[in-house]
Amino acid sequence: MHELSITRQNPLIDPTLHIWSWQIPVYLFIGGLVAGMMIISGYFLLKGRTKEAKCACYQLPILGIIILSLGMLALFLDLEHKLYFWRLYTTFQVTSPMSWGAWILLLVYPALIMNLLLRVPDFLLKRFPKLGDISKRLNAHPATIRSVATVNIALGLMLGAYTGVLLSTLTGRPLWNSSILGFLFLASGLSSAAAFVHMIAKDAHEREILTKADNGFLTLELVIVAFFFIGLLTSSASHKAAAALLLTGPFAAVFWVFVIGFGMVIPLFIQLLAVRHKIKHTVIAPLMVLVGGILLRFVFVYAGQYSHWLIHAGLFK
Amino acid sequence: MAKFGMVIDTTKCVGCMDCVVACKTENNVPEGYNRAWIVEDVMGKFPEVSMEIRSERCNQCEEAPCVEVCPTGASHYSDIGDIVLIDHDECIGCKACIAACPYDARFIHPDGYADKCDFCYHRTSKGENPACADVCPTHSIHFGDLDDPDSEVSKLLKSRKYHVRIPEAGTKPKIFYLT
Repeated sequence: MHELSITRQNPLIDPTLHIWSWQIPVYLFIGGLVAGMMIISGYFLLKGRTKEAKCACYQLPILGIIILSLGMLALFLDLEHKLYFWRLYTTFQVTSPMSWGAWILLLVYPALIMNLLLRVPDFLLKRFPKLGDISKRLNAHPATIRSVATVNIALGLMLGAYTGVLLSTLTGRPLWNSSILGFLFLASGLSSAAAFVHMIAKDAHEREILTKADNGFLTLELVIVAFFFIGLLTSSASHKAAAALLLTGPFAAVFWVFVIGFGMVIPLFIQLLAVRHKIKHTVIAPLMVLVGGILLRFVFVYAGQYSHWLIHAGLFK
Repeated sequence: MAKFGMVIDTTKCVGCMDCVVACKTENNVPEGYNRAWIVEDVMGKFPEVSMEIRSERCNQCEEAPCVEVCPTGASHYSDIGDIVLIDHDECIGCKACIAACPYDARFIHPDGYADKCDFCYHRTSKGENPACADVCPTHSIHFGDLDDPDSEVSKLLKSRKYHVRIPEAGTKPKIFYLT
């Protein structure tokens, strides 16, 4: 028997830490989704799909800006010392992923705006006809298009990976102490973005490409999840206990059924049938992927806060 | 360069919580929050039991994860004594430090910034003891410079057996518990 009794009371920390609520998982999901959208739109630009009139790449930058701003709002709502948020931009802390993220986000907006200017949506053109001239000048040089595409892909990769690295550097929570979390969140972001673009795509050929890509991303995600658990289960007792939170513990049901089952395996199965033309493309599988992506962030953020170096000593049992 | 540390004798500590109360009054810690607390660590089954009572607080780690993850530099090491301090005007309340701390030493002050034990920096930077060390009725809390081989804390660490909390997290805590 080993019993710890702690005589103190700190709200949000005792009896178990719960400092981050819905805002952080929502932001992490949105960050990943927009990262994936940037990578996909960059890929479309490089492949010259902009020439197709129905290409979803025309909606991606404007949607990216709107969705990312909602994520930033969630992030702002989470801050406890809100009026001091500008302090992020008076310094750069090399060991802090949050500092990296703050600066990456500052670069993401101009990249998305440049992307938007390559082909301005009609409703903006009507209000600001000048944008059409800028767009014409930008499109005159293929090198400009290529650089905008490359910058969008590079920043998308950084944004997607940082959302996972953010959690993995937090020493105090064993569940997050895995560098592969960056890749997991990046893969999940790509998969969510492919699903999202599939839903808004008007072109059947494009839907086909995105479904095929999403199948790759979902498979990659499942492999990364396996590697994530191998890493934790071969580590210290605290890390094994942290892995057990998801594998068999209080978060196992939602993790296996909703994140892995309905969020990855079943949509992968449906989409594999769809690309083999056994069934029609529907919004069901992409919707499941998106909900699975949100739940993945919720499960990891909540279970991570539940995990503790002392959990094997029975502190929270 | 001084390196402030604390040596707490668990064989003398009776868990009276005087340190907790002294800390709350000295630092105006708001109701419902604690910078210091008591842990009763019981091993075994009655009648074969052993108990260790520990007065715990921020470990003022040498490799503090809270300082590493802070995006604004609000969490930093002090000039005197290498203590982890928080600059209230730089803290944005992102709570990364709270998640990073393996000891759950930090909390969000009702005014919005992260807060925790600062080894009573307003006292210790002037050569005084932290409030908890001064009030301890069994003299179980010792404070001093770990870099000075002749300090009381250095001598205790040379002559007695001790442990630190969660050394496997690799944070190099500077609070040592004598056993």
